[in-house]
Amino acid sequence: MIHAENLTKRFGELTAVDNVSLDVEEGEIFGFLGPNGAGKTTTVRMLSGLISKSSGTAVVAGCEVGKEADALRLRSQIGILPENVGLYEGSNAYQNLEYFGQLYRMDPSTLRRNIERLLRSMDLWDKRDAPVETFSKGMKQKLAIARALVHDPILLFLDEPTANLDPEAAKMVRDTILALRREKRTIFLNTHNLDEAQRVCDRVGILRTRLLTIGSPRDLEAGLVGRRTVVRLDRATESLAAAVRQRLGARRVEISGDRLAIEVEDPDRENPEIVAALVAAGGRIRELSQPSASLEEVYLKLIHEGEPAS
Amino acid sequence: MRLSQAWTVARHDMRLLRQRRGILAGLIAFPVGVGLGFPALVGLVLLPRGGPDPRTWAPMFIDAFAFWFVIGAASLPTSIASYSIIGEKVSKSLEPLLSTPTTDGEILLGKALAALLPTLLAGWSGALVFQAAMDLATVGPFGYLYYPNWQMAVELFVAMPVVALMAIEASVVISSRVSDVRTAQQYAGLIFVPMIFIYVAAEITFPLNTTNLAYLAGVFGLVALALYWVSLKAFRREEILTRWK
Repeated sequence: MIHAENLTKRFGELTAVDNVSLDVEEGEIFGFLGPNGAGKTTTVRMLSGLISKSSGTAVVAGCEVGKEADALRLRSQIGILPENVGLYEGSNAYQNLEYFGQLYRMDPSTLRRNIERLLRSMDLWDKRDAPVETFSKGMKQKLAIARALVHDPILLFLDEPTANLDPEAAKMVRDTILALRREKRTIFLNTHNLDEAQRVCDRVGILRTRLLTIGSPRDLEAGLVGRRTVVRLDRATESLAAAVRQRLGARRVEISGDRLAIEVEDPDRENPEIVAALVAAGGRIRELSQPSASLEEVYLKLIHEGEPAS
Repeated sequence: MRLSQAWTVARHDMRLLRQRRGILAGLIAFPVGVGLGFPALVGLVLLPRGGPDPRTWAPMFIDAFAFWFVIGAASLPTSIASYSIIGEKVSKSLEPLLSTPTTDGEILLGKALAALLPTLLAGWSGALVFQAAMDLATVGPFGYLYYPNWQMAVELFVAMPVVALMAIEASVVISSRVSDVRTAQQYAGLIFVPMIFIYVAAEITFPLNTTNLAYLAGVFGLVALALYWVSLKAFRREEILTRWK
């Protein structure tokens, strides 16, 4: 759905986005993480054809980004929720969606159907005639998401959809994103909310002008500290560590108090082997766990180091 | 350029205009004031003073008064256009608008139409009232109907639209550089100044006959073209998203 290679944007001397290459598959929710000023919004604007790229190539929804002939077709196939929702506050919810549907040149009956479906799914149908200025922040955000969906886009760009929302409104919006995931929509989600990324994204990329890493949240978490199995025993001894090494081959096994920390490659296959080796060697297992770094730890490490993950 | 797309933008902006009572009041008060005020001045103050044959001096005043419709065309659309663009800037609704499959030119044309059409409608309605009332006031002393005449036709159908377009293009350029409506209107008000000079000159020495009006319209047309070119440069997607204040 999205294929970008060495995408770069410069504003004079300043490089806002530097050589970003990524692919997003159809039906995937891709999270773009990074601190303020990392270039997330600029990347979305480039991918959606709103601003030009300085160099690199990108194909989005089958359209070549930056090619004048593809510009309108690209914009008609994607939906964008900008960071500032930018609704017409004096108009009502229905009129806001109707205007955008008309700009997408939808036929009136399909437009009416889509507006009703979206407003009902967002629990806003009963408020359709109320001016938007009377809506709560969460309701406005949901209406803006409905606006981005009114023309049934095949790809949705959401830029910080839960920023500045209270926890209840943020949950409301997150639930909406999860509902979109069930509809198999392709979503490119800009966020600096790591918990949100972990909960809703299939894969994430961490950006700080350059793309520092990319992968599923689980892989990134595992990648930071390596995969380890920690076994708490009655007593951790060198003979038990040797039994594990013998069973699994040359592996790093460390003793720390009553624990053995064992480096593993495939926990599902190797953990039963570890348990069997320890029991056979007379060890009494109290607990077995698979600790990993949180996405937050991965994010902070990468952002502060500013270096690509190995 | 798809006119239907521009028309969608224009219809939407004109609907929003109905929510702005200050501008609506101006659109109603101006034509009513000029349409009735000046004929009343002529009929109740100037003509009853007597003196030389009014057919020798009154037409110059009447033509100058009629020029107020052109002055109005320089002033009324600046409020509408400033609100239309700065309003979207303030409410941050330009980015979603720009993300639709609408070209910059279509958006600009839609916004220009939304400012132009109400201005022309208000001006032409006022001009109808003005001509009828002026005829009523002058038909006795003149012995003929002064209106309709070619001067008024040039004024209404050439000078007014051209001046309104000039004011709109100026408002677009100014709106791209400032972020509040009042400042935009103050800058756009500069267009008002040459109009007032022309009005004063018309009262003293410069007859606003058909030829002079056509020359003036030509000059305003050139200025409008130059401003249109500048406004197209200012109203570019990338410019709006990355440089506008």
